[in-house]
Amino acid sequence: MDPPSSLKLLGSWADSHTHRVQLALKLKGLEFEYQEEDAINPSPALLLHNPVYKKVPVLLHSDRPVVESVIILQYIDETWADNPIMPADPFERAVARFWCHFAEDKLAPAVGAVFSSSGEGQKTAVDQVHDNLKLLERELRDGAFKEKRFFGGDKIGLLDIVLGCGSYWLAVFEEVMEVKLVDPGTFPVFHAWLKDFEEQNEVKETIPAIDKLLEYARGIRQMMLSLSNGTSTTAPAAAGTTSAINVAVDGSSG
Amino acid sequence: MAAAGGIEVKLIGAWPSPFVLRARIALNLKGVEYEFLQEKFEEKSELLLRSNPVYKKIPVLLHHGKPICESMIIVEYVDEAWPAAGRAILPADPYERALHRFWASYVDDKLNPSGAALSKAQTEEAKVEAAGQVIAGLKLLEEAFGRLSKGEGFFGGDDIGYVDIALGCFLGWLKVTEKTSGVKFIDEEKMPLLARWAERFCAHEAVKAVMPEPERLAEFARKRAASAKTPPAN
Repeated sequence: MDPPSSLKLLGSWADSHTHRVQLALKLKGLEFEYQEEDAINPSPALLLHNPVYKKVPVLLHSDRPVVESVIILQYIDETWADNPIMPADPFERAVARFWCHFAEDKLAPAVGAVFSSSGEGQKTAVDQVHDNLKLLERELRDGAFKEKRFFGGDKIGLLDIVLGCGSYWLAVFEEVMEVKLVDPGTFPVFHAWLKDFEEQNEVKETIPAIDKLLEYARGIRQMMLSLSNGTSTTAPAAAGTTSAINVAVDGSSG
Repeated sequence: MAAAGGIEVKLIGAWPSPFVLRARIALNLKGVEYEFLQEKFEEKSELLLRSNPVYKKIPVLLHHGKPICESMIIVEYVDEAWPAAGRAILPADPYERALHRFWASYVDDKLNPSGAALSKAQTEEAKVEAAGQVIAGLKLLEEAFGRLSKGEGFFGGDDIGYVDIALGCFLGWLKVTEKTSGVKFIDEEKMPLLARWAERFCAHEAVKAVMPEPERLAEFARKRAASAKTPPAN
């Protein structure tokens, strides 16, 4: 039996923020122990190590907790220098951090809103997703990421991990909600990047199979619709379903 | 050092904004000369809209014409772009850095929104609830101060660091809110560490010249309320 790793990850299998950390650890070639957490029934370990937010992911390194996925990613990058995921140049780092902030602050909530709404509310949410994707598309086509294969350059970097782990929900929601979110005609560069990202070995090993994600999403959507009785345009999801959706799309609070 | 033909560092901002203050403190800590471009309150400048098309908000740092947006991202950029100048804003150890980043995020993700909720609260009940949230958040920071400061005077240790900047920028507005609401947020008895820290922070060389006086902020708030507009801020 292998000696216990000094790294342990508390996560949830359908949580995009957990996937970010798993992917980063894989890219760095780091072994780690994994503990599955239930968002609705957090373990004593989770409550102990993340008392402020009580959410996954939590990375324990020699029993010291690091929380908040983007903070964890930078911690991993700064502790293990090989295969860097952050650019070296301060300006490029600031640009990567900015778009990570955008992903969490604008894009993820918009995508989550598509899932938790219906009718007119959903149409507004879909428009928001499109507006946000337009900004990314422009940056990929003409801006900071012009002519780069990945946001990180030739290799996957911080921003690829942050955007990529979560973008699979776009395809899932497209199917479950029957809406068009990433039209390759409208967002050709983003679409091409996403396909490329999803083909990477480490990514394929990290992201759960699409049919499992579809099943998960359908289950939550059913629960939400039966709770709201389909009367409101933005479903007033009960705490359990809201946290389940939040775990899926937004993960931990940051 | 100014580049030939012009100042290479510019900061687009507005004097009342605590987020702009963060950037100014960071630049001051590093001894970086910069041109301050004060935005008009009624109308956003072309330069701002061009430099921050996504959010259209201040502060925006322009370094050799390249824009950096989001206040704490600017602070981290200043730390990394002038590594030899002044003192490091973030600690060197990766675990300590993670802790500092966590608490700075806490200020923006939890504390600031609960402060905003307080200012929007209409009923007495809502105000009490919101004030309670702010105080609960500050209590966590009081505890965090003990852990991060290692017995020194600032979250950053013996000098101002990342978390000091993230939290300290609000002290002016906090004083204004304490006066108008009658609630003491940083009570010397309940939060002795933060109370003493707050005085130290406001008196610091890098802060005192750029932190607006509470009276001036209160006057600004009164004028804004009268014309029912809000200042552009991050």
